[in-house]
Amino acid sequence: MDKIKVLVAKPGLDGHDRGAKVVARALRDAGFEVVYTGLRQTPEQIAAAAAEEDVDVVAMSLLSGAHPHLFPAVVKLVREKGMKDALIIGGGVIPDGDIPALKEAGVSEVFTPGTPTGDIVEYIKAHVKK
Amino acid sequence: MENIAEEVLMGNRYALAKAITAIENERENAMEIMQKLYPHTGHAYVLGITGPPGAGKSTLTDKLAKEYRRQGKTVGIIAIDPSSPFSGGAILGDRIRMNDLTLDDGVFMRSMGTRGSLGGLSHKTADAVKVMDAFGMDVIFVETVGVGQSEVDIVKAADTTMVVLIPGMGDDIQAIKAGILEIGDIFTINKADHDGADKLATELNMMLDLDGVMKEWRPPIMKTIANQNIGIAEVVETFGKHHNHIDGNGQLTVRRTERTKNEMLDLLDSRIGEHIRRNVVENGKIDKLVEEIKARRTDPYTEAAKIVSEMLK
Repeated sequence: MDKIKVLVAKPGLDGHDRGAKVVARALRDAGFEVVYTGLRQTPEQIAAAAAEEDVDVVAMSLLSGAHPHLFPAVVKLVREKGMKDALIIGGGVIPDGDIPALKEAGVSEVFTPGTPTGDIVEYIKAHVKK
Repeated sequence: MENIAEEVLMGNRYALAKAITAIENERENAMEIMQKLYPHTGHAYVLGITGPPGAGKSTLTDKLAKEYRRQGKTVGIIAIDPSSPFSGGAILGDRIRMNDLTLDDGVFMRSMGTRGSLGGLSHKTADAVKVMDAFGMDVIFVETVGVGQSEVDIVKAADTTMVVLIPGMGDDIQAIKAGILEIGDIFTINKADHDGADKLATELNMMLDLDGVMKEWRPPIMKTIANQNIGIAEVVETFGKHHNHIDGNGQLTVRRTERTKNEMLDLLDSRIGEHIRRNVVENGKIDKLVEEIKARRTDPYTEAAKIVSEMLK
């Protein structure tokens, strides 16, 4: 069976990736292959890396408050690469009120602080298109 | 995506990504893709980058790739990181050092997990190289996992192999042990501004000349400070010299012939293994045999010989 491959990306300028690393580690322990690209990525870089790596999931982590702009930008660029089926999820410090608009923009699910990592693993397993 | 191979040959980058995915996951269409691409391979020059964890292989590869780009060459990069023997998962982190290359259309970078392979590469690395070759990349870097002493598969996959070392990793007896120090066509001491770089160079030089034999190609020892872009152009120049050298004396042909033969044998191994899985393991035959063997009514040698002779009928 195919391995599930996930890009864990940090769009924008915030410099904290503890959360992204915790999630990356949990996904690794769930048997996923996790490409981690490090801090301060532009949406263009994230989409290009997602396409080259042909990932099944793009998982963005963002703490800076720029999610209303950056998350939809990543969705748009990833889809433009021809990745119709890639599951795109987000996490970080995201106010509940912002979540409907992000989902409207194509972010499948948003995980806020306190989410057990197991929930993210289960969500991916349930929704990834293989 | 239909016609992945055709799309690869037409220069579709996403098709290139899809082709590698198909191969890596041994999908049904993988063999057809390789059959179609194979006639278009053999043009790229394959550079192997190996060395211990933290030596700076990814940073060095990033800078070397940029130097080739300055010279107008297109570059493929395959970077391998270890898969967990427990979960099968992996953190593929080599892109962190190569983010500048992501938006360059003349570069294609792909991360791969070892997925149980122990030689420093993954089983599908050679095929991924071929796909990038058929796509038209001039130079293809293969960066191994951080190696210890005996992960030397890279030498079978690359035309020129560079071993990256850093100061402070051990005394001079380490340098005469067998293993990765035997496979370098070029040695590069990265982080050459750190203490001990000169001592390491001396030790390597002594190691390389210890046999007292004059060699046609004596592996040069380069020094780099990759994160400051120091020594990079010199390494690229040395790659070129080695390429010319082995091209001139016929070694390149010998290496590639050997590689083709090894690949053929690996392919046969894996096909035979598949056959055995299907006809001996998955149908439970092996479990019955094991019970018979445990009871000492037969032995594994006899049964293995029987299975093989049945297979060859």
